[in-house]
Formats: sequence, structure tokens, C-alpha cells
Amino acid sequence: MSRRAVLGLFVEAPAAAAAAAALRRRGFSDLGFYAPTLHPALEAAWPSAPSPVRRFTLTGGILGGLSGFALTIGLTLLWPRIVGGKPIISIPPFLVIVFELTILIAGLATLLGFLWSARLARPAREPYDPRVSVDRYGVIVRCAAEQSDQAIAALRELGCEEVVE
Amino acid sequence: MEPTANFQTVHQDLLRPLAPAGATYKAAVAALAALAGWGGLCWVYMMYNGLGVSGINHPVGWGLYITNFVFWVGIAHSGTLISAILFLFRARWRTAISRSSEAMTVFAVMTAGLFPLVHLGRPWNFFWLLPYPNQRGLQPNFRSPLVWDVFAITTYLIISTVFLYVGLIPDLAAARDAASRLRRRFYGLLALGWHGTERQWHSFASAYLLFCGLATPLVVSVHSVVSWDFAMGIVPGWHATIFAPYFVAGAILSGLAMVLTLSIPLRQLLHLETYITIHHFENLAKLILLTSLIVSYAYVVEPYIAWYGGDRIEQDSFALRFHGSWESPLFWLMVLCNAVIPLLFFVPRLRTNLAALFGIALLINLGMYLERLVIISGSLSHDFMPSVWRDYHPTWVEASITAGAFGWFLMWFLLFVKHFPPLPIAELKGHLVPFQLFPPETQASHEATVARKWDGGG
Repeated sequence: MSRRAVLGLFVEAPAAAAAAAALRRRGFSDLGFYAPTLHPALEAAWPSAPSPVRRFTLTGGILGGLSGFALTIGLTLLWPRIVGGKPIISIPPFLVIVFELTILIAGLATLLGFLWSARLARPAREPYDPRVSVDRYGVIVRCAAEQSDQAIAALRELGCEEVVE
Repeated sequence: MEPTANFQTVHQDLLRPLAPAGATYKAAVAALAALAGWGGLCWVYMMYNGLGVSGINHPVGWGLYITNFVFWVGIAHSGTLISAILFLFRARWRTAISRSSEAMTVFAVMTAGLFPLVHLGRPWNFFWLLPYPNQRGLQPNFRSPLVWDVFAITTYLIISTVFLYVGLIPDLAAARDAASRLRRRFYGLLALGWHGTERQWHSFASAYLLFCGLATPLVVSVHSVVSWDFAMGIVPGWHATIFAPYFVAGAILSGLAMVLTLSIPLRQLLHLETYITIHHFENLAKLILLTSLIVSYAYVVEPYIAWYGGDRIEQDSFALRFHGSWESPLFWLMVLCNAVIPLLFFVPRLRTNLAALFGIALLINLGMYLERLVIISGSLSHDFMPSVWRDYHPTWVEASITAGAFGWFLMWFLLFVKHFPPLPIAELKGHLVPFQLFPPETQASHEATVARKWDGGG
């Protein structure tokens, strides 16, 4: 069964959120939105679980910290030299390197998590209108091809300014 | 922002700076590029003829190059304070200046990163600082603050660049949608397919908050590590425990002054008066006042530590700093610029006067540069053995490379504000959200309806 997506443009975020709620009641459960900025009405209309990006950050931070210890302790053991009367494994100065690598790897992991979680750098397969980056809010209805006419009619009925297919 | 602002006006106003440049802008970029190029040529001259063409010689092994390094790293810190720390504190006023401040951070760290290479004399040997397998028994000394610097500055540059880029993505998409042909492809590539979906906004909000949290400790840690380049040594005038907070406060002071120095002309030239208001500058002035007082405290505590500690050599080092050495006039000028002149910001009228703000900011930039010179080269020129005491005289080569660095920094900043949205468009629209639930043509009727209800009209 082929699927289609139609985009309804709304002038106001609360109207878009209300339209989404109405579409769900009419059986269109696979919805998405476009917005020029975060809006509380849309955040309430699309409640979601905590973002997975933070797991990437935590994992990256732990790996960075362990890498810092491994780098400093490992290389110092390979080339053991007493410097300034300090022990071969001098934890206090090594902590500076550990800290910096923790932040660095956590940051790079956060970037990776953001790119993965946001599904960026993938070709766009759904209708899009440049006005959603200016001052319009979009509600995307994903449905079976034979239901697309119903979806378009519902969007118009619910007050959208324009439908983009 | 004006109460009548809406998404459309914000969008148009903040994308207007990206319009094709005029002759004046191109001439300015060309002049700065020429200045940077002259600095580069002088660097090549120095590499060919050796470090002897500079004034760096016993006992002053660290001169203008290290002063520049510390100065530019310090400049960078305020950008992260404004864009990350103030975000975590939910200080909404920071939004209008956050993008330009974060860009200032990235270019300042880029500039700072050049100077350890310049200072090496033989920059092709820089890789000796990195842990790579070799048969010469070479390994970085992880107990050395110079190696800590490599990790701290590299981390700061990468995290700041990534933070700036991620924050730019929604605005790059806006620029893509407003552009055509080549510019559309350019912004489209950088925007990575951003369309503003619920998933993308959710991930963006989470990632941005996490980046702010990661960048915040870097503001304190990076310049502390840089200060330990000096404090971990035994040179009188360097070896003090106050150096980390002293340098961090000084870094934020110099960075805030640079933000003012850049924002005031930026606001005028790009006609952004609606978005960058006097209120922003006043808040920056208050922060400058706070950090100046902390730095002033350090100026008092440093000689107090020398006196209280009873170390005769350190006491003499400070006595020479106050009077009788080449750096004494520079020291008092530094105190004037960093500790006295910023007190003028106690006067409310001066906090809101653009000429006063710009002038005081320039003087603080000068004062903070002199502070690094006095601490670094001044202390080295008269340390333990009077028989090797020697004044430091920078040469035209060092002055040219220093000037070239300013040209390099300003050139990148000018290129950035012309080719990327200099203010965060999506975030500023977000500030309008409680006020603009409807477009202008229906806002008035909506407000009239609400007013009637409140008046009991039903």
C-alpha cells in the first residue's frame, strides 16, 4: 500500500496544534509538524520522551574520561621518567588532561547524537514549504494514498491557509 | 525588540545583512586581509632568519607572542560566558548578542592558537607535543602545563566551533530558503537538511542545552590552565596561587570589552538597533564592573602575598614592577585602564552612553593586553639573578605579527557577520512567542476582543 504525505500551512501555532488534535480524533494518527521556532502550543501537542542526545553525551563523557586516564597513565608507563620529583603515575596533573578529554569527547558525541536523533543530512521525502522557516506552522499528515483526499479536506476544514502536496 | 515586531520583520531584518556586500565592506576586508598577510610575511621572515630578529632573548624567553596567546584566549572566554552560561541562567537579554559573541570566541581561539606555533620558531616541530610513537624517546610530559594547554585549547576550539555551528543550523535553513542559486546550495549544504520538524526541534533544544552545560566549565578551566603556564613555574611574580581566578576574571573582563568593541559598530553598521539595544550594553557594562572589581582585588592581593610571604626576591620583583623597571609605566597604565576607568560604570548615564561604552571598552582592551605583557615579560626580565636582568624591547617583527593577528581576527569576524546571520533568528522569534499568537492583520482584532472581555463587554 503506497503512502503519501500532505502538508497544511497554518498562520498560528495554537491553530496548528488544535488541527493536529482534531486530525487525531478523525483517525489520522501519523502526524508531524514544521515550525520556524519552538512554540509551547506545539510542544504540548507533540509530547515526546526525553531526547536520546543526552545518552550520547554521557557515553562520550565516560569514554573521554577513560581515554584520558588511558592516554596519560599508559604512555607514562611506557616511557617512565621522574619529572619534578613526582611519581610516575601522577594523578593530580593527569586529571587536567582527563577533564579536557571528557568535555571534548562528550561534545563530539553530543554532535553525533544530535545529527542522528534529528535525522539530519538525509534527503527530504516529505512536502516542504519555505514559509515554515519564516512565520508559518506546518502540519504534515502521513496516510495511505487513497486517504490523501480526506486528509486534504480535513486540513482545509480545520483552517489551514494552504495545502502543499 | 519593538512590541510590534513579528516573525516576518525579524526574519527580514536579520537576513538583510547577508545581502551582497558594497565597496566599503570589500575594502575593509581587503585591508584587514592585507594586514594579516603582512603579519604572515613577517612570520616567514622570522622563520627564515631565526627568533633572533625578535626581542626574545635571555632572560625574557616569553615576549609578545605568548602575551598575544594569553590575550586572545582571554578574549574568547566572554563569548562562551554570554552564549552558554547566561543561557543556563535563563538571561533572555543575552540572545541578541550571543551569536556574535560565540563567533568572536571561535575566531579569538583560532588567533590564539597561532601564537604557540609562531613562538616555537620552528613550527614544523609542533607535532613533538602530540603523543605519537617514535624511536627518539619523545613523549609529551603530561605533568607540564604546556601540554595541558594543548588539550585545553584544542578542546575549547573544537567545542566552541561545534556549539556555534549547531546553534546556526536553523538560521542557515532560513537563509537557504531565502536565497537562490549558489548561495542556496551553500546554505543548504551547511543546514544539513534542517526543516524545523518536531523531531529536529526536540533534538536541537536538548543538544543546545547540553552544549551550554559542556562549554560552561571550559570558561573556568581553560584560562585556569593557561594561568598555570605561569603559576606552576617558580619565577617571582608568576608563582602565586591566585593566578587561576585572577586570569579567569581578567579574561572575562577583556572579552566583555571586546564584545562591546565589536557590537557597538556592528549595531550601527547593520542597522540592528531594534535588536541590540542600550539595555544589552548596560548589562555588559555591569558585568565589566563586576569583573574589574575582581581584577582590582587581585592587583592588591598579589603584592600582599609577596609581602606577607616574606620572600625577598618576590618582594623586589613587585617593587620593580611598581617603580624603576621598563614595565613600570605600563603597569600603572594597566591599573588605570582595568581598575580605575571601569569604575565610571557606576554612573548610570555612562553605562548607556555609546561613546563612553566604546571608549572605556577600548581602554580595557589596552589595559588587559598590558597586564599580560607586564606579568609575562616583566617578571621574566628581573627574576632571581640580577646579573641576567635585562629589559625587553619588542622589535618591528613582533609588532607586525601582533598587528597581523588583529587583522586576522577582525577579517574573520567581518566575513562571518556578512555571510552568516549575525543574530539568532529562530531564538529571537521564540522571544516573540508569548506576544504574537496571531499575525499582525488579526493581532489587532484579537487584542480588541481580549480588551472587550476584560472591560466586561463579553
